[in-house]
Amino acid sequence: MTRLQAVDLSVGYGDRSVVTDLDLAVPDHAITTVIGPNGCGKSTMLRALGRLLRPTVGHVVLDGRRIDEISTKQVARELALLPQAPIAPEGLVVRDLVARGRHPRQSWLRQWSADDEQVVAQTLDWTAMTDLADQPVDQLSGGQRQRAWIAMALAQQTDLVLLDEPTTYLDLSHQIDVLDLVRRLNSEHGRTVVMVLHDLNLAARYSDHVVAMRDGVIVAAGPPAAVITPDLLREVFGLDALVIDDPVTGKPLVVPIGCV
Amino acid sequence: MTTIAPSRERPALAGTTAAAAAPRRRLVLGLAVLGVVLLVAIAASLAIGSKPLGLGTVWRVLGENDGSDAAIIVHELRLPRTVLGVLVGLALGMAGSLMQGHTRNPLADPALLGITAGASVAVVAAIKFLSVTSPIGYVWFAMAGSVVAAVTVYLIGSGVSRTPSPLSLVLAGTAVTALLVSLTTSLLVNDLTTINAYRFWIVGSLAGRGMDVATQLAPFLIAGVVVALAHSPALNLLSLGDDIARGLGQNLGRARAVGLLATTLLAGAATAACGPIAFVGLVVPHVARAWTGPDYRFLMPYAGLLGAILLLVSDIVGRVVVRPGELQVGIVLALIGGPFFIALVRRRRLSSL
Repeated sequence: MTRLQAVDLSVGYGDRSVVTDLDLAVPDHAITTVIGPNGCGKSTMLRALGRLLRPTVGHVVLDGRRIDEISTKQVARELALLPQAPIAPEGLVVRDLVARGRHPRQSWLRQWSADDEQVVAQTLDWTAMTDLADQPVDQLSGGQRQRAWIAMALAQQTDLVLLDEPTTYLDLSHQIDVLDLVRRLNSEHGRTVVMVLHDLNLAARYSDHVVAMRDGVIVAAGPPAAVITPDLLREVFGLDALVIDDPVTGKPLVVPIGCV
Repeated sequence: MTTIAPSRERPALAGTTAAAAAPRRRLVLGLAVLGVVLLVAIAASLAIGSKPLGLGTVWRVLGENDGSDAAIIVHELRLPRTVLGVLVGLALGMAGSLMQGHTRNPLADPALLGITAGASVAVVAAIKFLSVTSPIGYVWFAMAGSVVAAVTVYLIGSGVSRTPSPLSLVLAGTAVTALLVSLTTSLLVNDLTTINAYRFWIVGSLAGRGMDVATQLAPFLIAGVVVALAHSPALNLLSLGDDIARGLGQNLGRARAVGLLATTLLAGAATAACGPIAFVGLVVPHVARAWTGPDYRFLMPYAGLLGAILLLVSDIVGRVVVRPGELQVGIVLALIGGPFFIALVRRRRLSSL
């Protein structure tokens, strides 16, 4: 089953096409990670899936309807997204940031409610941000800040969550911290996650489904062990590498050869 | 979860309500305080001038226009300029907050949309070609000039993508303003008669306007205030960046259009009433933000009240510093506002928006 899919999707800026004739069905209740070299169109595809970019050809389908025919607020009740390295206005505290995730659930008739209050409190607790709730977002460390943004997207209470490089600028322990959170999001709440990652080993470890892109097209898609192979790494990244079993998880582990 | 231990013992919900309620109560209280300060400024504006009146006298002649000198001063001179001062200050403070919110640029003010430059060209043309010379005569030309300029900026700004980005708005505003300013200069350069009339408009003043100016522009100003206040939740989303705002279900095109409509109503009517008044739209939002933080639902009314207070107090100062003459409020504001803004920049770096 799939709630979100791209059909014959082409996206570009001006005359330049970045994603070409791409078909993708996002598996429900799974973590899908898009990998590929810089400039391969993975962020562009993710932005198109989240209706931030308008396709030049083809379309994105959400629950059987074209996403551009659904009101943007309606979409926000089904799909949350987090762009790369978002910036909060100075002085905005974590609790208020998370509360803004409730916007799609509110209207003129239905303002802030006890229900919203409870969701915000639960989300803060679940992301271990309760103790930092009254801290300004701009004064948090990189890892804490990313958790605050993820908490905002979580407060939207959507089944679908799109994350564009959620680990950018984080050191390894905080990358693991953030991805553990993403994993729990899927395992404890059954949410469908689509994310873009640069680190292949982290992609292999945290994904159920990996999509490899090059030059705006999908080269391979499937479980990590089927996609992350020496042949594919050479084809997609131009990288000579060994792929061994990760001693912790048994999933593929990439060891680049380079010119040592 | 290596960095922070989640708090297990404290009931999260109770903690939330208590912590969130305290600053909110303080912010509401601050609003009430500003309201009281504004009332004091209004009273002072009615009482202080080249002929000082006691508050008792002001109160008596306000209730009953008995035709005395005091009654004429209050009703003909001080009441119109006080009403205008409150409306225009409110409008400029809010319009500045709208512009800074939409462009996410701490240096943005209503002039950036081309509103001031558009009004100036229209007023110069009205003086030169139609021999209009009174404030009430300028009103509709200035308003029309503001609207045409703002719409032009919006259309140029949205030329590349369909929804104007903060940067494209700033660039389009700068370009259109530069064009309109040189047009104004070219109309004025060989025309002393027009310059003579125009210089009293361009300086920015609350004096010499009758109640008719206030009543004609009040509907625009009030509509602008209502739209601006209703728009503040959208500004909260826009302040997280265009992508996040859309992700949270904000229709960007509509938000830009509504925000710029409110700015045009407010700043256009304010400029039409008093001529271009700088600094209120630029400085007041920063003062308000230092107080309220980044929540536009509070920032907006704070900026409005602070703008009204600043404009009235500056006008009163202008009446007393060079007695028996008067200094126009536009000049007083530049004299106060310039150093004040420098102090603000030096004391704490302006909030990045």
